[in-house]
Amino acid sequence: MIKSNSGIRKTDVINRRMFIIGAAKVVVFVGIIARLFSLQINENKKYLTLSDKNRIREWKLPPTRGNIVDYFGNVIAGNLKVYQLHIIPEQVENFNYLLVRLKNLLNLSDKRIARINKLKAELKPWDSIIVSENLSWSQFVKINNYLYDLVGVKPVMTISRNYPFNDVYTHVLGYVSQPNEQEILENEIIQERFVPGMKIGKLGLEKRLENHLIGTNAIQRYEVNAYGKRINQLEHQKGKQGSKIRLTVDTEIQKACGELLNEKAGSISVMDIYTGDIIAMYSSPSYNPNLFLFGISQDEWQLIRNNPLKPLINKTLSGLYSPGSTIKPIVALSALENKVIDTKFKVKCTGKMELYGQTFHCWKEKGHGWVSLKNAMKQSCDTYFYEVARLLGVDRLNITAEKFGLGKKVLGDYFDNEKKGLFPNTKWKKNNLGKGWVLGETLITGIGQGYIQSTPLQLCMMTAQIANGGYAIKPKIIVDSNPISYEDAKQSMESGLLFDTDSEELLDKKLFKNQKNIKIVQEAMFSSTNERFGTSYKSRIDDPKYQFAGKTGTAQVKRISKRERELDLELEQIPYKDRDHALYVAYGPYINPRYALSIIVEHGGSGSKAAAPIAKKLFKLIIDRHDLRNKQSNFERITV
Amino acid sequence: MFQHDRLSNEITLFQKIKNLDYILLISIILLSVLSVFVMYSTDGGEILFHTKNHFVKLVVFFPLMIFVALFNIKFWHNFSYIIYFIVILLLIYVSFFGLKSSGSQRWMDLYLFVLQPSELMKVAIIMCLAKYFHRIKIENVNSFTSITVVLSIIIIPIIFVISQPDLGTSILIALSGLIILWLGGMKIKYFIYSFITFLISLPFIISFLKPYQKLRILTFLDPDRDPLGAGYQIIQSKIAIGSGGLNGKGFLKGTQSYLDFLPEKHTDFIFTLFSEEFGFIGSVGLLILYSIIIFRIVRIGAISRSNFARLFCFGYAFAIFIYIVVNLSMVLGLLPIVGSPLPIMSYGGSSMLATMIGFGIVLSAKINHKQMIA
Repeated sequence: MIKSNSGIRKTDVINRRMFIIGAAKVVVFVGIIARLFSLQINENKKYLTLSDKNRIREWKLPPTRGNIVDYFGNVIAGNLKVYQLHIIPEQVENFNYLLVRLKNLLNLSDKRIARINKLKAELKPWDSIIVSENLSWSQFVKINNYLYDLVGVKPVMTISRNYPFNDVYTHVLGYVSQPNEQEILENEIIQERFVPGMKIGKLGLEKRLENHLIGTNAIQRYEVNAYGKRINQLEHQKGKQGSKIRLTVDTEIQKACGELLNEKAGSISVMDIYTGDIIAMYSSPSYNPNLFLFGISQDEWQLIRNNPLKPLINKTLSGLYSPGSTIKPIVALSALENKVIDTKFKVKCTGKMELYGQTFHCWKEKGHGWVSLKNAMKQSCDTYFYEVARLLGVDRLNITAEKFGLGKKVLGDYFDNEKKGLFPNTKWKKNNLGKGWVLGETLITGIGQGYIQSTPLQLCMMTAQIANGGYAIKPKIIVDSNPISYEDAKQSMESGLLFDTDSEELLDKKLFKNQKNIKIVQEAMFSSTNERFGTSYKSRIDDPKYQFAGKTGTAQVKRISKRERELDLELEQIPYKDRDHALYVAYGPYINPRYALSIIVEHGGSGSKAAAPIAKKLFKLIIDRHDLRNKQSNFERITV
Repeated sequence: MFQHDRLSNEITLFQKIKNLDYILLISIILLSVLSVFVMYSTDGGEILFHTKNHFVKLVVFFPLMIFVALFNIKFWHNFSYIIYFIVILLLIYVSFFGLKSSGSQRWMDLYLFVLQPSELMKVAIIMCLAKYFHRIKIENVNSFTSITVVLSIIIIPIIFVISQPDLGTSILIALSGLIILWLGGMKIKYFIYSFITFLISLPFIISFLKPYQKLRILTFLDPDRDPLGAGYQIIQSKIAIGSGGLNGKGFLKGTQSYLDFLPEKHTDFIFTLFSEEFGFIGSVGLLILYSIIIFRIVRIGAISRSNFARLFCFGYAFAIFIYIVVNLSMVLGLLPIVGSPLPIMSYGGSSMLATMIGFGIVLSAKINHKQMIA
């Protein structure tokens, strides 16, 4: 009984204590459910996001660059479908066999094979290796035919930059290529949108307008596993193509410039004298920017680099030349404005001028006799301008020249490679060379030699501002969102005020004190081209529709020795490097002028023989294209 | 009394089967079927290694459970000490000749499958202590001798298991043993004193922990300390469970497990996968299923005439409860990570074998609930 009692008491203890445990169990289970509730219900969103972050990985694809078009909407920098070949290493059964097969099919070099092997070692096995960036159609077809035997090979179609006019616009547009590390770090937008295989502007407008042209990445979302391997594609988000940029240039004229300078080193610039639109800007020789897209070969690069005509230099903007006689209209204008001379002022040219024992030669050894401004300009008499410069002084000349755009960048910061040039004055020499100005230097400045240096585009702008009646213009190469028509520009100019689109203010842009002086210079330039004995008389066009006025220039590259002066060598007898640069600036038509141009042929000899005839050929095309250009501009204004 | 004894000994096979607890049985079957489906999901929706093996083990161990149930509870009572000693011997064998894997030595190769004796100890210790408290007079429970004996029963296997090293299992063995001490009538103040002593000596104990165990505790306190290293498991587990939401992502659609973000998804983290795919509703459902099992076991204990059966059932129910709580708390980030499987659900032969034997003894207690044991 005792035992039995003890047994019952024990059972009671067990049951009582079990009850306590049971209650504790309920509490604990409720606690666990509460925890589940807080994770799965309360914080569900947070964990769902974290889970998606885990499993979804985004892949950026290269953005599509915006097109660049000419004034008439022709694409001058576009995009082209290209065929590429990728290998996905993890899908390859026998990598070495595959490489041998591809080597035979595509004629890959050993270096390329080594590079592929190196990439394979660096990349994850599911990342694709680009074997060839630009397959020809026949190669692409070949690969597709053998695809059954090439496990792990993926033919891919993608988009690449393309310059349909090849070398015509190289110095304006630049080109695109793979960015280097520094370029990626310098530009936040590139940094953000960079993906391997993406190309960025390396030069010219492609570089300057990178942030507008670049476009946004297309994004592919993949589900990935814990090791980062893609499992399947979830979504494809299209990218936005970069902005379209419209330039003021006319491809027909640009092309003609290229043809006219064929096999010569030089530059042609054409500008609208009212709107400042750059119609053409060609530096010769050029090179094909398409070569740079997929990495230029060493041979091709050496060919461009070692060309003695220096195709890599943008001569229009970075070429610095003595303006030679093309400066004379400015010298004359400055003298007239400062009332140093008038139209009746005459100088006797004997072929040379002595000053402090130094002899300054006129190009015409026999001399021009008594010459007035008009004749001096027509025949480009150096003696006359020596005397005028002497009377005027370099500082006053400098003021006028700078007003007309010499010694300043024409396109501002659009091109990194644009040079300022130099128009000297006494202060400049003192500050930079530490020596006082010598009167002899004023004389040679008067004929555009000496320290003075200018770019072809500066000379073009200078001429345009004389042609439009002496008003300041702001040259541009990109069509604004709100373009001003040629008539409006002209009208606002002649009212003496100019609407500046940047500051949105009407500004006084008169560059003259007395407009009569501009007229005198214009007439002198006219006679230089259209009257007998004018230096560019042979290149004139009599039809008033195309008739133009201009000024030749011949810039010495080296000092002519006495012996050489006596020899009076023919151009062919002088070594190429020592030959004079031939220059020509002009505007036309003479009645109601519209366009100005500047031509320079490096080492071309005299301006009248080498540069002016080019202007004759070009002017016909420029004027003929004017109606089309006008129509385009009017059409836009109506549609806007 | 004798007659009764005789009668119960003569229960026919048919009667025995009739006397099984069918609610418990159905719950176990449901859990088993569910576990196969979840295993199928861990294999990425294919019948692969884990699914096959798990299924085969269920097919073998479920009949084993019934087989165990057909023995009279008296038989299990009689063999309790022997079983305990056999398992102790196995533990000793393992500590010398056991298979090593990832730094610990807990397994023995039985050709057909690899046995982890420490899992068997989880059941054996309950049997052993149940028998001890069944036989001891209530007045002697708190005597020095009995306390020394029961503590030795608990501490001896723990020494072997902790030296394997296997902290998780040792804690579970200790808790299973302690609960019998509690149920057996050990004075409450002893529990309170030892708990206080434990708290005081905790820093001392921690200093004895292995570096990886310390790291686990630190990681538990702040999982973001090293999100890709030590904290990775718990962070990914919480993400998986949390992202499951109310209804879950759907069967075979758990991205965390499917894309291999979940560690140990077959074993200790199986609940994570389940919870990700079946959500809050599924998880609560699973807890209810486990609760039914626990409740049925407790009920069998309550109707048992013998204190051995009663103590075993109560103790085993508590053990199951503790396994669940430790496992869930771990994957929910409520406890540091200690290796502990979820009964039946987790992949692992020894754990399932032990669990099924435990269920078998419980069912034997049900069949023979009127059986008195002297």
